[in-house]
Amino acid sequence: MRTVGIIMRRELASYFATPLAYVYILIFLLLANAFTFYLGGFYELGQADLGAFFGFIPFLYLFLIPAIAMKLWAEERKTGSIELLMTQPVTLWDAVLGKFLAAWLFTGIALALTFPLWLTVNYLGKPDNGAILAAYLGSFLLAGGFLAVGSCMSALTRNQVVAFILGVVVCFLFVMAGFPLVIDVFRTWAPVALVDAIASLSFLTHFQSIAKGVIDARDLLYFAMLIGLFLYATAIALELRKAD
Amino acid sequence: MIKTEQLTKHYPSLTAVDGVTFQVSPGEVLGFLGPNGAGKTTTMRMLAGFIAPTSGTASICGHDVISAPLEAKAALGYLPEGAPLYGEMSVRGFLNFIADLRGLSGERRRARLAHVIEHLQLAGVLEQNIDTLSKGFRRRVGLAQAIVHDPPVLILDEPTDGLDPNQKQEVRTLIEEMARNKIIVISTHILEEVQAVCTRAIIIARGRIVADATPAALAARSRYHNAVSMQLEEPAQLPAARAALSAVPQIESIEVSEREARLTALPRAGQMILPAVSELAAHQGLKLKELHLESGRLDEVFRTITA
Repeated sequence: MRTVGIIMRRELASYFATPLAYVYILIFLLLANAFTFYLGGFYELGQADLGAFFGFIPFLYLFLIPAIAMKLWAEERKTGSIELLMTQPVTLWDAVLGKFLAAWLFTGIALALTFPLWLTVNYLGKPDNGAILAAYLGSFLLAGGFLAVGSCMSALTRNQVVAFILGVVVCFLFVMAGFPLVIDVFRTWAPVALVDAIASLSFLTHFQSIAKGVIDARDLLYFAMLIGLFLYATAIALELRKAD
Repeated sequence: MIKTEQLTKHYPSLTAVDGVTFQVSPGEVLGFLGPNGAGKTTTMRMLAGFIAPTSGTASICGHDVISAPLEAKAALGYLPEGAPLYGEMSVRGFLNFIADLRGLSGERRRARLAHVIEHLQLAGVLEQNIDTLSKGFRRRVGLAQAIVHDPPVLILDEPTDGLDPNQKQEVRTLIEEMARNKIIVISTHILEEVQAVCTRAIIIARGRIVADATPAALAARSRYHNAVSMQLEEPAQLPAARAALSAVPQIESIEVSEREARLTALPRAGQMILPAVSELAAHQGLKLKELHLESGRLDEVFRTITA
């Protein structure tokens, strides 16, 4: 665990060593506010909640999270620094977890910086702050899910653009799993149980149930398992392809 | 001690390393030679625990690289080919990161960092980003990373590749200084380097060991071993000199370079021809600019056995 912490700290510091982190946070905040106030009609709704904000979070993350995740492993493989890292006394799992946690923490920082929205609703009315906190937790878990998928895609290629596109596509499928777009492909031939199983994989349904303020153990378990599964897949992909 | 036993790595399309067995003991500096693509880097990567062998075993100081990878890596300092680093970090930040991963702490950590910074002359660039460093400095940072925990075994993949002659010399001096109490394995395709720093050379071709000897013993396999080379003051004397040399029975053949006015006489196996040649030169009244005995040409041996 000590090694995980060391790798995580280095990785997080490297985000802030270049303008990347600041540009990313700026874009995230600009888009989050634009979605909330213009597309979401925050004022027009006249409700003291952040529904307008959290409704757009999955779609904002759909593009912005793969943009963070794409460099996780593709860059290490491209520059060869993966060889340097993996010949230190660290396990593959230490490295996978450390880098993932750094990226997750970074998205957490960006998410936390949307706090002026929270201050705004509290100024304008009396929102259910418990529900808002739950929605923040849901957003953070959602970010973790997207990142784990993106980490796995990044481990599959040396090319960051390819990693980004793969990340967006796979995340899109996970977001849309509960919708006719994906479900109809299976509905014609697959048994109902399988269709239901696929529908239950949707990021969106699990996110929305948490965002409503209901923290159900099943939703937490869903994200935990999803993250674990994709990080495991990341480790396998690296084991097979790290030296290519 | 480094030990490998029938170390083999198959890829779907080729066998990169094929049954490589060797041992290296403390105090030895082993030069790993071979043409590009011969399997040098693959072998070193298996020793360093970066890729897993298809079959066979390897151990570092008694720790098997497969069953005890962390212990093996802890005993090892490794410089990957091309010395990859984290370019966005400062030199200080990077060395601190490696010291953390190596588990250094307290006084020892401070002393080791100070040692590598002084030894590799990094004090002037500590706060610079690695991306902004020259190639020579980057290589030094790579070496600093490999020795910061004072490992008993060092594996350096082409440590001098791409450096200028001064920088190459610096790296060689460094290797010589560390050689006394460590096991060092370096790969290179610069043969003079092997003669300069290695106590032993393994030549590898198409994944197999084709020679394992001291650099001097390898050079002795050359046709040029104990050959006598002479350069004449007057090129006009070349034909006469050649005719006189070809009459000496111990001489196998003669090579002539008109441009340099140089003759090289190659002896028959096991013969020592220097006294005969020098006597003949005096007798014939040849004006010599230079006369010397060759110990053998490693590049010629290299070409012969890896071709």
